[in-house]
Amino acid sequence: MSGNIIKAKYQFHGGLKLKGHKEMSMRSDIAAAKIPDKLIIPLQQHIGKPAKAIVTPGETVLKGQCIAKLDNGNNVTAAVHASTSGEVITIEQHPLPGFVKQLADCIIIKPDNEDKWHPSVQPVENPLALDKESLKQILIEAGIVGLGGAGFPTHIKLVQDKNIDTLIINAAECEPYITCDAMLIKEQGSKIIQGIQFILHALDVKQCLIGIEDNKPHAIKTLSVALENSNIKNIQIVEVPTRYPAGGEKQLIKTLTGKEIAINQLPRDAGIICHNIATVYAVATAIIEGKPLIDRTVTVTGDNVNQPRNLQVLIGTSMQDVLDECRYTPYGSQEIIMGGPMMGNHLDSSDYPVIKTTNCILVKNKEAESPSLPCIRCGECARVCPANLLPQQLYWYTRAKDLDRVQDYQIFSCIECGCCDYVCPSHIPLVQFYRYAKTEIWTQEADKKKSDHARQRHEFRQLRIERKKKEDAERKAKKKALLQKKQGIDTSEQDAKKAAIEAALERVKSRQTEQTAIAKNTSNLTEEQQKKIEEVEKRRKAKLNKQNKPEDK
Amino acid sequence: MDNIAPNSVTRIMLNVLYALIPGIIAYVVFFGWGIVLNIIVAIITAVATEMFMLALRKRPIKPFIMDGSAVVTAILLALALPSLAPWWLTFIGVSFAIIIGKHLYGGLGYNPFNPAMIGYALLLISFPLEMTIWLQPDNNLSFTQNLNYVLYSSLNDINIDAITMATTLDTVKTQSGLGHSLTTIQSNYPVVFGQFAGKGWEWINLMFLLGGLWLLYRRIISWHIPVAFLISFSVMALIFYSSTETSPLFHLFSGATMLCAFFIATDPVTASTTPRGRLIYAAGIGVFAYIIRMWGGYPDGIAFGVLLMNMAAPTIDYYTRPKAFGES
Repeated sequence: MSGNIIKAKYQFHGGLKLKGHKEMSMRSDIAAAKIPDKLIIPLQQHIGKPAKAIVTPGETVLKGQCIAKLDNGNNVTAAVHASTSGEVITIEQHPLPGFVKQLADCIIIKPDNEDKWHPSVQPVENPLALDKESLKQILIEAGIVGLGGAGFPTHIKLVQDKNIDTLIINAAECEPYITCDAMLIKEQGSKIIQGIQFILHALDVKQCLIGIEDNKPHAIKTLSVALENSNIKNIQIVEVPTRYPAGGEKQLIKTLTGKEIAINQLPRDAGIICHNIATVYAVATAIIEGKPLIDRTVTVTGDNVNQPRNLQVLIGTSMQDVLDECRYTPYGSQEIIMGGPMMGNHLDSSDYPVIKTTNCILVKNKEAESPSLPCIRCGECARVCPANLLPQQLYWYTRAKDLDRVQDYQIFSCIECGCCDYVCPSHIPLVQFYRYAKTEIWTQEADKKKSDHARQRHEFRQLRIERKKKEDAERKAKKKALLQKKQGIDTSEQDAKKAAIEAALERVKSRQTEQTAIAKNTSNLTEEQQKKIEEVEKRRKAKLNKQNKPEDK
Repeated sequence: MDNIAPNSVTRIMLNVLYALIPGIIAYVVFFGWGIVLNIIVAIITAVATEMFMLALRKRPIKPFIMDGSAVVTAILLALALPSLAPWWLTFIGVSFAIIIGKHLYGGLGYNPFNPAMIGYALLLISFPLEMTIWLQPDNNLSFTQNLNYVLYSSLNDINIDAITMATTLDTVKTQSGLGHSLTTIQSNYPVVFGQFAGKGWEWINLMFLLGGLWLLYRRIISWHIPVAFLISFSVMALIFYSSTETSPLFHLFSGATMLCAFFIATDPVTASTTPRGRLIYAAGIGVFAYIIRMWGGYPDGIAFGVLLMNMAAPTIDYYTRPKAFGES
């Protein structure tokens, strides 16, 4: 064993020894795939915001020409380039593999088959003499994203931070079937070492560990020889035992450094930056040749793929074209998977473009699904869980919709690697349950935020109304008090007025009574006169009665 | 060897059944065909009641019958019974285990108590006489005689007392309770003692140990429960070695010790499920089983030890959750 190769000192919990299925796609060298009739280039092939298209339909573009740029002020995004020369047909929505948002804007290009390079594609001279910022700028313009699967824009992970002391290159490639990284190392070892140098330079970090599974002796040897020839001393190859998911970022960091990155932490919090080895190669070509990320190595393999191999595929080529080139003959019930059998995206058809994160196109015969039996708590899932969780308890509480408990049992540490699914004797689709639980918790939290917001608004409104009422009341009270104060000053005057009015009224009244007394001429009558009046009254009444009688009858 | 466990419940149960075979053979060699008849009655009862309950609960019958769990329950319970047992005893025990012990709690995966031990406990409490008729080793009873007893509870011309006796554990317990030393007991009852434990029982235990080791090798069970149980049981025996005069070796190879260690306590459904929890759970069974075996009113303490710890399993699980990756 060469001096620059060491064995990993640490190990992660659980994991699986899976059958590799890797030999079949490693028999022939990487070859360039044909230029297809149509390229479907999505504006979003990475985590973050979509890039902004800068070409219009009808425009002629050249190979390597930037066709979509970073949106102004948005850092988490990546530029997109024309994979070959041709004409922009249209910009339309097309389904995208492997993203939550399935439909995305894509630039459709009809290649002219001349494959003519854009003049902007020029090698960078003396890159190691460049300052870090301009090196980073080159990678931003080349549209480089993490090619291991997540598609995180690479420039974001080129931060300069004094705490970062280790660069880890992930070459583990732990999923069965996938061989694109191993093949790339085998063929491009020295370029990869150069790429690592660039990244070390951009990061200003002194130490680099390359983690690679020990089932790739050929790749390990190539890297070791390339390292020796390059005379670089601060890069070390670390052989890790072949055990899925050794290539999980956190698992690899643990295996290489013994550090465990917590769920709410990033590797950089532990002084580590992690890049995939295919990304390193893309960095190298972007700097050495000036070539932006317009193609990538893709493993095409699986059942009924008659020529399983690795192809250098232009971004935007339809998966069907790639499968055709490897002489795939559909047979029976099969499915296309982008990525590996464990964590890959199961696609409903091959009508998807190859994007920057497409490391493998795998065809698998659909296995007859065996019905799930109840969990018998055998604990196999806990034994293989690389996150050291208790999957059966998570399953239990997810079924019971006890989401608080699910969180107590650390659901968010689950990396959805599928080890528990794989070993479950009751064939319970555990990962599906965890995805459901996670989504449910997210939705609930979003709802809670919303309702909290609404409640706050409501409470604030209540408070405002309350305050207004109080203010109004205070204002009224003040006014009243003021009024009363005023009244207090004028009391004597008013009383005098009142008294005057009353006196006047009294006078009027007494005068009136006087007048009526005078007006009544019946007041001083004699007895005789009174008697006569009474008699007259009597007669009148009797007469009145007589007149009314006939009517009464 | 691949580190993947056999990938179905059926295969787990089948492996458990294979692992029981050497022990059953040893049983037949020393005590005759009775145990096989019991097993047959138990399996028929278990499958019939399981189907009946599945039909009642409107569950698919085929996958649940094929999982083999009912058969395992049946055999474990049959192995716990005296080899000379009337059919109805087995029938009551097994149907109780399947109906009450398993299905009324929700069936496979949901029962808190080990069904076989629930059935056994019921029989031990309800039928103490039938449950203590143990054949002596090398009893020369023929297959037909055994069958006759299973079907009609009679041995015709043979006096049952002439060929039955207390088990080794029972003899030691009763006699030492009367103040006899172990050497006196051994000379008074030579027929129940073998090389280092109970006659016949030491071989049966040895064979169950063998089957259990095979299960470990096949990764059907994890090491936690057998190891923790056997250690705690031995430690208990060691602590009380001088006062009881019975060695840890004697205890390890008497009664149902090995059956418990590898086949009963390891029932995943009713055991604790975290690695640390399993250690606590099994150690607890060891302590209780020893106490009940030595000072309780029953011939062996395994069943009650298991049932007691079954009750504690959920709590143990809750407090022994391993730290997740990166969790501080």
